Amino acid sequence: MRQLVVIGNGMVGHRLVEAVLDRDSGMAWHIVVLGEEPRPAYDRVALSSYFDGAAETDLRMGDLRADDRVELRLGERATGIDRGARTVTTSAGTTLHYDALVLATGSAPFVPPVPGHDLPGCHVYRTIDDLEAITATARGTGTGVVIGGGLLGLEAANALRLLGLRAHVVEMAPWLMPRQVDEGGGALLGQLIEDTGVTVHAGAELRAVEPGDNGQAAHVRLGEDTRIDAGLVVFSVGIRPRDELARAAGLELGPRGGAAVDAACRTSDPAIYSVGECASIEGTVYGLVAPGNAMAEVVADRLAGGEATFTGADTSTKLKLLGIDVASFGDAHAETPGALEVVLNDAPGRRYAKLVVSDDAATLLGGILVGDASAYAGLRPLVGHELPGDPLDLVAPGRTGGGVGVGALPDEAQVCSCHAVTKGAIRSAIANGAADVPALKGCTKAGTGCGSCIPMLKNLLADAGVEQASALCEHFAHSRAELVEIVLATGIATFSELIAKHGTGRGCDVCKPAVASILASFGGGHILEGEQAALQDTNDHFLANLQRNGTYSVVPRIPGGEITPDKLIVIGEVARDFGLYTKITGGQRIDLFGARVEQLPAIWGRLVEAGFESGHAYGKALRTVKSCVGTTWCRYGVQDSVGMAIELELRYRGLRSPHKIKAAVSGCARECAEARGKDFGVIATENGWNLYVGGNGGFTPRHAELLASDLDSETLIRYIDRFLMFYIRTADRLQRTAAWIEAMEGGLDHLYSVVVEDGLGIAAELEAAMARHVACYSDEWRGVLQDPEKLARFVSFANAPEAPDPTITFETEREQPVPAGPVALGMPSRRPPAGGDTAHTGSAQPQTMEV
Amino acid sequence: MTATATALPVSAEGRWITACLSERLMPERGVAVLLPNGDQAALFRTHDGTLYAIDNIDPFSRAAVLARGIVGDRSGEPTVASPMLKQIFSLRTGACLDVPEVRQRTYRVREHGGRIDVRTHPDEAPQ
Repeated sequence: MRQLVVIGNGMVGHRLVEAVLDRDSGMAWHIVVLGEEPRPAYDRVALSSYFDGAAETDLRMGDLRADDRVELRLGERATGIDRGARTVTTSAGTTLHYDALVLATGSAPFVPPVPGHDLPGCHVYRTIDDLEAITATARGTGTGVVIGGGLLGLEAANALRLLGLRAHVVEMAPWLMPRQVDEGGGALLGQLIEDTGVTVHAGAELRAVEPGDNGQAAHVRLGEDTRIDAGLVVFSVGIRPRDELARAAGLELGPRGGAAVDAACRTSDPAIYSVGECASIEGTVYGLVAPGNAMAEVVADRLAGGEATFTGADTSTKLKLLGIDVASFGDAHAETPGALEVVLNDAPGRRYAKLVVSDDAATLLGGILVGDASAYAGLRPLVGHELPGDPLDLVAPGRTGGGVGVGALPDEAQVCSCHAVTKGAIRSAIANGAADVPALKGCTKAGTGCGSCIPMLKNLLADAGVEQASALCEHFAHSRAELVEIVLATGIATFSELIAKHGTGRGCDVCKPAVASILASFGGGHILEGEQAALQDTNDHFLANLQRNGTYSVVPRIPGGEITPDKLIVIGEVARDFGLYTKITGGQRIDLFGARVEQLPAIWGRLVEAGFESGHAYGKALRTVKSCVGTTWCRYGVQDSVGMAIELELRYRGLRSPHKIKAAVSGCARECAEARGKDFGVIATENGWNLYVGGNGGFTPRHAELLASDLDSETLIRYIDRFLMFYIRTADRLQRTAAWIEAMEGGLDHLYSVVVEDGLGIAAELEAAMARHVACYSDEWRGVLQDPEKLARFVSFANAPEAPDPTITFETEREQPVPAGPVALGMPSRRPPAGGDTAHTGSAQPQTMEV
Repeated sequence: MTATATALPVSAEGRWITACLSERLMPERGVAVLLPNGDQAALFRTHDGTLYAIDNIDPFSRAAVLARGIVGDRSGEPTVASPMLKQIFSLRTGACLDVPEVRQRTYRVREHGGRIDVRTHPDEAPQ
């Protein structure tokens, strides 16, 4: 393996490592990342959200340490490069060999050397440490001044406002954000910013920061006659590339600093690359993340043997600063020879828009939007392309109802500029099966940067006919939630009546189980009673889980994971007597595999006799409520987590739902039951219980989020009743709680309003529905064993009830029975013969092992 | 005495065997039938009373499970979904509607005197 050393763990350094890992299918590289900050890479673009309630963990980028090929050394700075020996020395005294080296050291804020610039109370705005220092200073003062009215300066002003300070912004240029917007846009931007309570000093020259009696920064002096009393100063006037290492190693530097690199992002030493704000590419140092990401992709491609080059960067910007939309894209300042400008300056409407077009007015070159940037998503990808209509219609869609539809874009137009994803790439991802925005994010990375293209992704999905999605299947034009409403309103109790009155045809494997689940959630009665039996998929039909060889697995309920030795012995005896493979599940119970359908009644006869009941492992229903041992045994526990878990599991057992429901209760904040990985998780506090909702493991793991804190047991159960019933009523088929909350308008806030505040006035109804469920529960397996008609269905063959299925055979692995032979799931290996009785596929008669 | 769904001539090969009593076969819920040569048929009754039988072994998983699939229709064509990986098969022709090159063999079915019979050998495949 060759070794890649990456110096710097900022956004671009992080992206570089991800890009290398993505391409490195041959495991050619071992990657060592040096980060001088003590924390892994985080999203600097979103820094001000840190003051808006976001935690450091919310800002984190993906965890590189999850990949074995990466060694992340945090809090360790590179101190020197020996190009001859190809080594990097670090602040920890380590010497690292490299086959390839990437400098991703980023930039340092530039602090103008005015008097007082280094007084206590003066800060820069770049790292989480900076934010913490700013927060500390803010406690001792009521006013803060940001020096620099660019993009980052306005972010910093927002941060000061969120800290409760009166904020001033000082900009040397005659208007704010001079790099992005022109004079007209800047004038409106200044007004809009002042409306938010931030005082703007444009065209102002900083003379000095002056100390107060305590030696701290106390006043900011501008020009001849302006003095602002402020105990906090944030410098945000520009950046300087961190090129000390490159300089000391004798690498060529750019005209304004930064390691000079060619279009392959290679420095004057071909084994050393440089990306992001510390690189000077063709003389330019980019201070935005999108060009940095583009450079990272180039280097990753080169390291994989590719030929990619950096072809210039989209410096488009769209942001909401202090609630104000600002966007700038393409040739915003009309620097192209012959460029023409179309300007809409709507002072009463508080919006400004400028489009820059080619001299023949046919091609869009760039633009600026202030106050209302809703046209940005449609306009930016059009840059360099023919205008679809009158430019004025594009910036003032209200005038003619126009605006740019995503349909008007050519395939090569970039939809996501953060990750350079074209419309064509997104369309092909949709054609290859990406059916929603999260899927598109996963396979194209589009929408994972600033997120401004997400509405376009939705439109592209809709255009491709993918995201109509509310119809359940060809038999019902309704969504699952609508069918729930119909069932509740009409009292319809059978599938036949429902499809006759509200659907077409005879149903399918999508709508039948969905309707069966709805009828079970709200109707009660045994799921195999009468016509309902024909709606259930095979798991529900045999009250067991189908396995790959046609046998079933059996999971008795073990509430909270608590079980007596006697019952444990019964499970062991049953498994032994029926020759079942035995495995402990992740939900603190025991799964018995390899039962043939005709064995299930006898197995359950023994289990029910010993006091077990169905564990509903086969159903879209509550599975388990996992627990840690809590106060009963644990030295740290603060509540009885096992008791609560058992109470919850017994309350919600048998509850049919849109998807499986998993839950857990932890007895203290150490969270040994992993409750935050569950649909609902309960974590004990000194004062009661915290309720978390919307977690899951699986394909897209998610942590549950806090819904309510310090609840007493009665309130906790009431909230869970409401939460679960609201979920059952309104979720889509096969939608876990996490996706349900994500798709909900208003998200967790709305859920809080419904569950905690009873904002919809339905809490009593939800609780009553749950009370009915609790009152009507009975064990499904006991019900089958008591009914000869249902029992009669548990045979392999209608014409030979005693005969086992001859295709089921076992072999022994680690002293337990497992399905014999490799079972290939997928395409049939050969086409079944066209009739005749000479060659029967799959019907060889193997010897059946007696199990 | 009711006849079967398809109009093909009864194969000269094979004979009828009794699968089950009529009352045992619920609409839209299949049963498996063990044939004398060890083959298995999946026998179904759709909601309108029509009887069908196709090979019970799912060609995708090699497990004998098609009788346990959900019966329904796709654009009016009566179907069963494999409970294993959910491929859809036409009950009428045995064709897999999701993977055109895959087809299950079909078996003749008749109902008389409160019993349902299945042919021991499959139909000739339609060309």
